[in-house]
Amino acid sequence: MEKRVLKDENDRVDGIYKVTGKAKYFAEYELPGLTYGVLVTSTITKGKITSLDTKAAEKAPGVISVLSHLNKPSAPAYEQEGGPAMKIFYTDKVFYNGQPIAMVVANTFERATYAASLVKATYAKEDFNTDFEKAVSDAKAKKLQGQPDYKRGVEDAYKSAEVMIEAKYHLPIETHNPMELHGIIADWRPNNQVMVYAKTQGVKATQGTIANVFKIPIENIQVNSEFVGGGFGMALRTWSLEIATIMASKHVAKPVKLVITRMQMFTMVGNRPAAVQTIGLGANKDGKLTGITHSAFGETSVYENFTEGVVNMAKFMYQCDNVNTRYTVVPVDLGVPIWMRGPGEATGAFALESAIDEMAHALDMDPLEFRIKNDPEKDQQRNKPFSDKNIKEAYRIGSGKIGWSERKNKPGSLVNGQWKSGYGVSIGVFNANRGRASVKGILKADGTLVLQSATSDIGPGTGTGMTLIASKLLGIPNDKIKFELGDSSLPPAPSQGGSATLSTVGSAVNDVCVALKSTIAELAANSNMDATSNFIDVLKKNNLPSIEVTKQSQAGKEREDYSMYSFSIHFVKVKVHSLTGVVKVDKIVSVGDSGTIVSPKTARSQMVGGAVGGVGMALTEESIIDHRYGRYINNNFADYHVPVNADIPEIEVHFINKPDPYINPMGAKGMGEIALIGFSAAVANAVFNATGKRIRTLPITPDKILATS
Amino acid sequence: MQSSDKESNQGDTRRDFLKKSSLITAVALTPSVALKAAENQVDERFAELFEKIPLNLTVNNKAYKTSIEPRVTLLDYLREELHLTGTKKGCDHGQCGACTVHVDGERVNSCLSLAVMNEGKKITTIEGLANGEELHPMQAAFIKHDGFQCGYCTPGQIMSAVACVKEGHTNSRAEISEYMSGNICRCGAYPNIVDAIVEVSKGGNKA
Repeated sequence: MEKRVLKDENDRVDGIYKVTGKAKYFAEYELPGLTYGVLVTSTITKGKITSLDTKAAEKAPGVISVLSHLNKPSAPAYEQEGGPAMKIFYTDKVFYNGQPIAMVVANTFERATYAASLVKATYAKEDFNTDFEKAVSDAKAKKLQGQPDYKRGVEDAYKSAEVMIEAKYHLPIETHNPMELHGIIADWRPNNQVMVYAKTQGVKATQGTIANVFKIPIENIQVNSEFVGGGFGMALRTWSLEIATIMASKHVAKPVKLVITRMQMFTMVGNRPAAVQTIGLGANKDGKLTGITHSAFGETSVYENFTEGVVNMAKFMYQCDNVNTRYTVVPVDLGVPIWMRGPGEATGAFALESAIDEMAHALDMDPLEFRIKNDPEKDQQRNKPFSDKNIKEAYRIGSGKIGWSERKNKPGSLVNGQWKSGYGVSIGVFNANRGRASVKGILKADGTLVLQSATSDIGPGTGTGMTLIASKLLGIPNDKIKFELGDSSLPPAPSQGGSATLSTVGSAVNDVCVALKSTIAELAANSNMDATSNFIDVLKKNNLPSIEVTKQSQAGKEREDYSMYSFSIHFVKVKVHSLTGVVKVDKIVSVGDSGTIVSPKTARSQMVGGAVGGVGMALTEESIIDHRYGRYINNNFADYHVPVNADIPEIEVHFINKPDPYINPMGAKGMGEIALIGFSAAVANAVFNATGKRIRTLPITPDKILATS
Repeated sequence: MQSSDKESNQGDTRRDFLKKSSLITAVALTPSVALKAAENQVDERFAELFEKIPLNLTVNNKAYKTSIEPRVTLLDYLREELHLTGTKKGCDHGQCGACTVHVDGERVNSCLSLAVMNEGKKITTIEGLANGEELHPMQAAFIKHDGFQCGYCTPGQIMSAVACVKEGHTNSRAEISEYMSGNICRCGAYPNIVDAIVEVSKGGNKA
């Protein structure tokens, strides 16, 4: 086992590799005879490729092959009828601008890049629409049900309430933009053995997709993905560019590496879909909610449907007998979206948590007091008690830390020269998932423990959390524990998504450690040793170099009896410049209510990261399309503004840190999503409190503040 | 040679020009070798000779003497040729800072620098920052303050942070944030990164 320099047991177990440059991401593996793929993309938005001239590219120096629908590199599932509409290199149809239509493979990256510029396509263009808001308001545009309608009590009860508000909220397309560019190294070897180095949130999912498309046995496919440079949801599926690279490797019988460009990150690997939402709220004069209606339109693509949980929160987050929701998806001629951190729940929470603030204002109530007054005793949607919920305590902690008592209910009350200050609050909530995973534990007589599972770490610190669980249970120092992941040959685990990894894989780690402990105790008893003997002594006495246990773990019946959620409360203090409309976030306090905190340092970082993502969603991020051409116009880091260091103020993170008695053996619930869900509404609510201006369209840029009177 | 000359047309001038010129030169020098090479269809290797230019530079105190196509960026040279993959590609446009290295002690986006522009220069990458097994104080501080999550921007952040301290832009948290804003972290570890830099700058370590 390699020497580590963990000064603090809560330090990240792989930190040493990350700070020294030794952490290897997918594109950094050296394979003999490695070649480079570069994609050629469509320059129209909709239509057909009528010709593709690859002659010049094929003759360019170093070029090995040019792949396209003209030569249809072998992919058995694509040769059959049916399946996805967008079969890369098997269709001449163009579904969106920037769709990959060919790949040049050459012996250097520069040669492939140059040759790709020589491929010339002609097209038969068709009319298209990339404008989601236009499609929403066009009665003739195609619309699909995204989720069954939900109704509890009287429909649209808010309309007849003593106090009512109705408002419309708009979210633009957001793009995940992890720092690491997407791509893959594919090595199709003799006898249909496939080795890939992937950027994926699920090595088993990637393995399964490859098996399906290429019709080869799953055991022929090895997927490696030890370090992943961020995902935020975009690596939850195997994209066509990855399939294309595997096709290419099979075709040229050499390993092929593809790393897409930052511009291509906007078109090929999904986005948070744009949304238009209407919220209607009704309350009596005492401030009790009497009706909630949440109706949402979400963007999807024409060639593949995408839906998410935009209207989920309205069904259970507030005590209210009359609730109805509707979620409709509207296809446009863009690449298919995918879950982006917080996913649909973050989209929905911006609208709902803004509306709650609007209602509190209409009632002339403190929005915190209004939320407390409507805090649900049980989950009315599922008609079950919550397994664990400490929202009132979270309100108390957070409001104290942000200085909520300084807040004035009348907007625009806190003025300091040209700056106006305001405070905002919001709730985030996400289903506390737990799936099924297997972990293998190998306890060795040299005092070390190796744990293995085909899970992933896109950044939250999976290995660190798992190591801490095992260390605590077995009393082994964490520098003697190694958690191996990102390898499809390890015991199966689900993809890293939906804030479920710690709950799911951690439970299996727990079960493995408990089993190892009892095996050691049995061995000790059988060899007349004290039950408390050190496992090293027990193994040595029994002449065992190691013992192994594999356990599969999944949730039991408790999920039928309780409603399980993670919660977060975000407090934000902003200042808004009266003349320029610039919003500066002054202070952030996020409180996490997600059961036991297993790994305090990485948990805090996850909450901090969610807040930073929330600042981007609230104030800066928007993928802008020129609808005349169907192209993104700010598809780079200079024009698509993710928050930079100077945008971020002090961030305080607090945890309730009480075990959820029912979720899993650790009592720990996921945090990745709740770190971001609701955050953008807290900012919008703070901006309103500072200025009296209610911005219902994200991002809250200065022009919107100046335009609103 | 003959057959490929006949085929040449305006669509593939660059390669054929190089091929012809390389062979003309080669014929003048050592005709038999060149002709044999052409027969064996290794004209590509000749083309390469003429597309590459010599380069001498030092990376992490190790001297490299090579020849390289002028269009290769310093970033791609480090990653693809030297396999020093600690330096990351995040945008290839000088907008994210993931590729930050030190060139003669100054922080530079290596994706905006062609390798051949660095003739005679001293490059330090993340792999050259530690003193053997002993981490640079900034590396240790990043671990202590958890100045990362996924780790992809981290080498660039650390190289930039070391330079930031050396430049003296650490008089306040706000100043640090300003001078570290060329390095994007999508996981959002900014406050932790500032904590790490504050600690190192207070420790007086300007290595």
